[in-house]
Amino acid sequence: MNRLLIDHNHLLDKAMAVPSNRPTSPHLHSYKLPLTGIISITHRMTGVLLSIGLVCFVVIMSAIAGGQQSYDNIQSLAAFWPIKLIYWGFSYALVFHLCHGVRHLIWDAGKGFDRETMDRYALIEMGISLAMTINILLFI
Amino acid sequence: MDYRSSLAKVRGLGSAKSGASHWWMQRVTAVVLIPLSYWLITFLSLSFHAPYQHIIAWLIVPVNTVCIIAWMLAAFYHAALGLQVVIEDYVAAEGVKIIAVWTVNISFFMLVLVALVAVFRILLIG
Repeated sequence: MNRLLIDHNHLLDKAMAVPSNRPTSPHLHSYKLPLTGIISITHRMTGVLLSIGLVCFVVIMSAIAGGQQSYDNIQSLAAFWPIKLIYWGFSYALVFHLCHGVRHLIWDAGKGFDRETMDRYALIEMGISLAMTINILLFI
Repeated sequence: MDYRSSLAKVRGLGSAKSGASHWWMQRVTAVVLIPLSYWLITFLSLSFHAPYQHIIAWLIVPVNTVCIIAWMLAAFYHAALGLQVVIEDYVAAEGVKIIAVWTVNISFFMLVLVALVAVFRILLIG
């Protein structure tokens, strides 16, 4: 009885597995992502990068707790241009992720799904996130 | 009221897991993080430019202490929830998937604890 059940499950797995020579849709190599699609994968990538960036936050906060000397060490590191570049990238990633996150909340409310709105929102998001990044870097 | 069959429960399929609460907490933390980002940006900017006494003075103002801690709790939780989705989407092997999700959860829990302890140490300095 048990043996029969195992065979049955095995057959079921075989039947459900997708044969490798069948086309999949939409295939990323032959399918041109619309603007919303590009922004969507960027949202995911910035999310992963920002998560890694949280480690830097912990390092900075611990350095401040460590006293004047460790704070000075961190600040002298921050003076190097590659670190500054990472900081600018981090700022843009943060603001972009925030802007597209707001759009996800609008989508969750069941609004903003028609094509014109999607493209308009995409441009608004990119514009606002660029403006906010410049604002952060220049004025804060 | 529970409409699931006994077999579904035993197999741990569908709503036997915690997808709805995961989805919901991702949104709650997202909304909370919108205003709290102001404190992160201010803090990072200070850490790049401000003298030591200045950043300590900023951190020990109660509203700043509360908001930066609130940001930490929401952000690390939000990151762990988000990374879990990414792992579940791209890692097919069940064992590797479970280990990766647990590793992420434990790592971010430890990271936020380290950050919290750092804030408490700063409060003692100030």
